[in-house]
Amino acid sequence: MGTSNSGAADLSLMDPVFERYQGQEGALIPILQRAQGIYGYLPPEVLHSVAGRLDVALGKVYGVATFYSQFYLERRGKHVLRLCDGTACHVKGTPILITGVQDKYGVGPGETTEDGELTVEVVYCLGSCALAPVAVLDSQVMGRMRREKLLRKMKERLNAEP
Amino acid sequence: MGSIKAEALATAREKAQRRWEGRNDAELYVAVGLGTCGLAAGANDTLAAIEQELAKRELAPKITKVGCVGMCSFEPMVEIQASGKHRLNYGQVTPASVPEIFASYFDGAPLEESVIVGQVLPTVTRRNGHALHSLSFVDPGTGDKIAFHQKQLRIVLSNCGLIDPESIDDYLALDGYGALEKVVTGMKPEEVIEEVTKSGLRGRGGAGFPAGVKWGFARKTQSWPKYVICNADEGDPGAFMDRSVLEGDPHSVIEGMTIAAYAIGARYGYIYCRAEYPLAIRRLEIALRQARDLGLLGEDILGSGFDFSLYVKEGAGAFVCGEETALMASIQGERGQPWPRPPYPAVSGLWGQPTNVNNVKSYAYTPRIIRMGADWFKSLGTEGSPGTAVFALTGMVNRTGLIEVPMGITLREIIYDIGGGIASGREFKAVQTGGPLGGCLPEKHLDTPVDFDSLVAAGSVMGSGGMIVADESTCMVEFAKYFMKFVCDESCGKCPPCRIGSTRMLELLQRITAGEGESSDLDEIRRMAKGMQQGSLCALGQLAPAPVMSTLLHFEDEYRAHIEGGCCPAGSCRALITYQIDPDLCTGCMVCARNCPSKAISGKKREPHVIDPDLCERCGLCREVCKFDAIIVR
Repeated sequence: MGTSNSGAADLSLMDPVFERYQGQEGALIPILQRAQGIYGYLPPEVLHSVAGRLDVALGKVYGVATFYSQFYLERRGKHVLRLCDGTACHVKGTPILITGVQDKYGVGPGETTEDGELTVEVVYCLGSCALAPVAVLDSQVMGRMRREKLLRKMKERLNAEP
Repeated sequence: MGSIKAEALATAREKAQRRWEGRNDAELYVAVGLGTCGLAAGANDTLAAIEQELAKRELAPKITKVGCVGMCSFEPMVEIQASGKHRLNYGQVTPASVPEIFASYFDGAPLEESVIVGQVLPTVTRRNGHALHSLSFVDPGTGDKIAFHQKQLRIVLSNCGLIDPESIDDYLALDGYGALEKVVTGMKPEEVIEEVTKSGLRGRGGAGFPAGVKWGFARKTQSWPKYVICNADEGDPGAFMDRSVLEGDPHSVIEGMTIAAYAIGARYGYIYCRAEYPLAIRRLEIALRQARDLGLLGEDILGSGFDFSLYVKEGAGAFVCGEETALMASIQGERGQPWPRPPYPAVSGLWGQPTNVNNVKSYAYTPRIIRMGADWFKSLGTEGSPGTAVFALTGMVNRTGLIEVPMGITLREIIYDIGGGIASGREFKAVQTGGPLGGCLPEKHLDTPVDFDSLVAAGSVMGSGGMIVADESTCMVEFAKYFMKFVCDESCGKCPPCRIGSTRMLELLQRITAGEGESSDLDEIRRMAKGMQQGSLCALGQLAPAPVMSTLLHFEDEYRAHIEGGCCPAGSCRALITYQIDPDLCTGCMVCARNCPSKAISGKKREPHVIDPDLCERCGLCREVCKFDAIIVR
């Protein structure tokens, strides 16, 4: 997504973003958020481009990109599983879900599978605490998760058409 | 020009009221809860199934989409009302059980899967020519309020579940923007500040600073432009009060912020909402557009000459940005690191300008205070903490969800009367209030009244409203370690006491829960806690020791058991427990053996099984699948 065959990011896709935030102060974060929406992560050439276009030091751009947990500087899996480990979910069994996914797919929190299909993440509260434990697979929020139910849903989703 | 705008609002409101009454008096009213909780429980599929069922029955009412009523364990929830009959709320409605709820409502057929949560009674309180609409849940038979609702008093949550949050008409029909109109057409900014100060409203973000007084500071500062900011970064794990208000009643926040802006003389405002709340962000954007279209935001609002523009700013995943100076740094496009105060934001905040930062709920109370009067608000709650408090009650209680109660109610009443006591018949152990920077209170503090000052006196804080109940199966040391890990991950790194202190504290707690604690560790924890409390730049570092210090105060025995006794009394810390199968209870069904990821369980069919302690990881899966409770933890 957003990259050419050679793998380099197509920077022209950023033009509408720069236009939209033209002249706005403090627009660095929304610009990076839009960029990540386009490319799926923040490739280095995009960060360079942002620094240039906003006339901001590259170090500052990297500083912001590495501070916020929403930003990824590495390519992510085709599917992203977020397991909530907020207090309510934690006491209701998220650690079991984490080990379950680890056993089945071989990846732990923050890791992506070898084949690039799946990235697993732990997040700290999606605000649906009464439905603990909560997992989000791509954009689907699922509550009251149990290990078997989660693995079943993951199998469905990962085997489905993209 | 101005009077045209005020007229436009009056016309819109009349039309909205007619539409509201029309919908309520219609042949058939159907509503579905579509907050994030409802959606997570599958409400979209339920909605589709309802459309099918209505088609099958040849009925065609428009289905109203509402926000969440706070009874999350009953989601998905559906309300049905036929003309002349009661409005009933059904819970746990899956697509498969949709037909049965209609059969139950129209034909009295019994329910197998879903449940009747209660009869919904819209309520209205009138004062000063204004109204506060809400809803109450009663038992359809007796007419008494259901247990979950008996002690609740809904103000900030009053519209949630009652209105369609994507419809400004619903908001207008229920006296929405009536406060803004009163303010900009008939009150001076100083009068607004006086009224809010008189009401005694204390900030609901956690610090409890008197809101009116804070607005007064920003008003006094002679520098423009000024800003109002809504802190919608609700990052406490276990808290979703603000999310529900933003998803269920976004206009109340917009109206409150606009009133605050008028009071302090602000031209621009930002709602800083965490990125993890995409539905809230979407609903806010819709509401802002609707408000602009009606002339309630922008230039010359209602012809008063007052200009105010409001925008949404998305967070990017940093708990520390809930701290007001870090939040402002983030809006400025920087790393979310706090800066020292003084100067306070009211003097020098966003871009160095006078800024007022308040929590979502504080702004949501504002229109209600203006409409119903400061003395009305002051008459509720307690002397030192007027009004109500919203809590997200989660954890090991029978009834979890979102509640709004008058300040002064006790923890015991919340946990036992509203929450229905501890689930699965276990014993209460502690209640955590104030999120990861709050404290744990044990049984002897259950009669503490819930208000800002009493909670502090008991050793915790109100915080933003998270309330997590732990039972005997929760290890308090592990609990403290969990919160310290959270702080460690979220620390911005700017000041050494927090950056280094939280890391070292975590290491100590990890050692203790791994069975490698030493007796000097507890004093070391106390020493470092003091360093963090006194030396940290912001409240994150200053309050980070609170969970560990409160658990150490109330549960020191448990810490000592880990360190000196080499055991975890709650049966939770993996390094200190063993799993065994009780041969008297085991039926040899083999389910556990099949599921064990470490292949640690062996046994023949219909004979008691055995767990190999060397292979067992204590992951807990066997306990989860065993239908006979035959796995014992030591």
